[in-house]
Amino acid sequence: MDFGFSISRSSTVNLDSVALENFTKLQALEPDALKCISCGSCTATCPAGKFSGMSLRKVIHNLQRGREKEAVEMLQGCMLCGKCSMVCPRAINTRHLIMSIHKIYGEEAR
Amino acid sequence: MIYQGKQKIWSEYQKEIPDDHWFYVRSCIRQNFFPASEKMFLEICRNVLGKDFYETEHHTTCGGIAYHCDTIPQETVMTIVARQFALMTEAGYSNYVASCITSFGNYIEILETWKEFPELETRIRELLWKACRREFRKPDYVAHASDLIYKYRNEIAARAKYRLVNRHTGEPLRVVEHIGCHYSKMFPSKGVGGAEYPYVLCGMIESWGGNVIDYPERRHCCGYGFRQYHVKANRGYSISNTHKKFESMEPYQPDMIITNCPGCPYFLDRWQYAISEMEGKTYSKDGYGIPVFTYEEVASLVLGYDPWDIGLQLHQVAVEPLLDKIGIEYDPARKYEGIDRKSLSRPELPGILKCC
Repeated sequence: MDFGFSISRSSTVNLDSVALENFTKLQALEPDALKCISCGSCTATCPAGKFSGMSLRKVIHNLQRGREKEAVEMLQGCMLCGKCSMVCPRAINTRHLIMSIHKIYGEEAR
Repeated sequence: MIYQGKQKIWSEYQKEIPDDHWFYVRSCIRQNFFPASEKMFLEICRNVLGKDFYETEHHTTCGGIAYHCDTIPQETVMTIVARQFALMTEAGYSNYVASCITSFGNYIEILETWKEFPELETRIRELLWKACRREFRKPDYVAHASDLIYKYRNEIAARAKYRLVNRHTGEPLRVVEHIGCHYSKMFPSKGVGGAEYPYVLCGMIESWGGNVIDYPERRHCCGYGFRQYHVKANRGYSISNTHKKFESMEPYQPDMIITNCPGCPYFLDRWQYAISEMEGKTYSKDGYGIPVFTYEEVASLVLGYDPWDIGLQLHQVAVEPLLDKIGIEYDPARKYEGIDRKSLSRPELPGILKCC
């Protein structure tokens, strides 16, 4: 029956059913991935974020939650300018991290 | 030492609720949705427990529904509330009990605002005097009606005719308790048990023989959310929230839901019909759905009142399977008759959700 509105699916992620093998690989290659505190400084300074919706904070969250496709799609907006590396309070080499994400997730998720 | 620390923290979320002499204010919407709940509250408190509860026909809305729909400013709501306090003062009472969760949250929010900004209270007193020549004293104590049933729960249990127990198996019923958001999420210290572990309904369920079910989305909103429902374009948000709650509680197979808010029982009840029509799904194995009750209805049931006299025929989800489970007697032929035996007429039955 059409009531004129519909049910949106829950965005809840069941971490028990998420395969995180790739994220484990990423951690091995980039231990800095675990240093992120989700402060959002990278997103706030990202020049690509203004027009493409690119957010490194969201990318890392998506990878931690097994949403690899969304993460890699979002990463297409990155221009590798490196501004995020300069502002990260945890001194994460974000530019290098992004390259590693492409290396691990690039083939499978695309 | 740690135990003492926890005990100290928990004690901050307990309320010293006065025992008697209350000024009672009704909800705008509960009498339409669950018409006997407020009547049964007064019946139980006055006639069963012998307490002094006063209400006046001059009471109006508290303005909370418009305030939370963003249609009137808080100063207007404050002046309306000031008038309610004036009615209480004129009647000679100092303990104020609200039937509605949003009213309760509204009164607490206003009193706390006046504490922080006394100049605002002075201004509201002036506005009230100009508008209707009334003056007021602030209540000594503001309670929600469920706080009082919680306080009297053991007295009710002592007089109970039925318990929340499955008579076929002897097992306690599996009960979901749902607390209205405005009860303690805004001012946790004002609710029994605070925002994270509100105990007000759990206490009733345990006293009356049931088992409380814990599930992941237990503290999630029912979906009403004022603007989520009242603005038609947002109505999908409302049912999505309700859907999320039901999906979360379904694996625990609850026998019933008890709520203490005007909107929650309505939406948890009615949206089960809408979800069944949209998704073809019901949340009980027998296809009847999970019956939803107000705490006054449950108190009335355990005290042995006739299910049709307390308005259970107005529920969307059929209550008969639960009544059979507890062993409560009822006459199926009387379901659609009012107290005066006048026909209420029979509703059209839903396509998916089973009804008795």
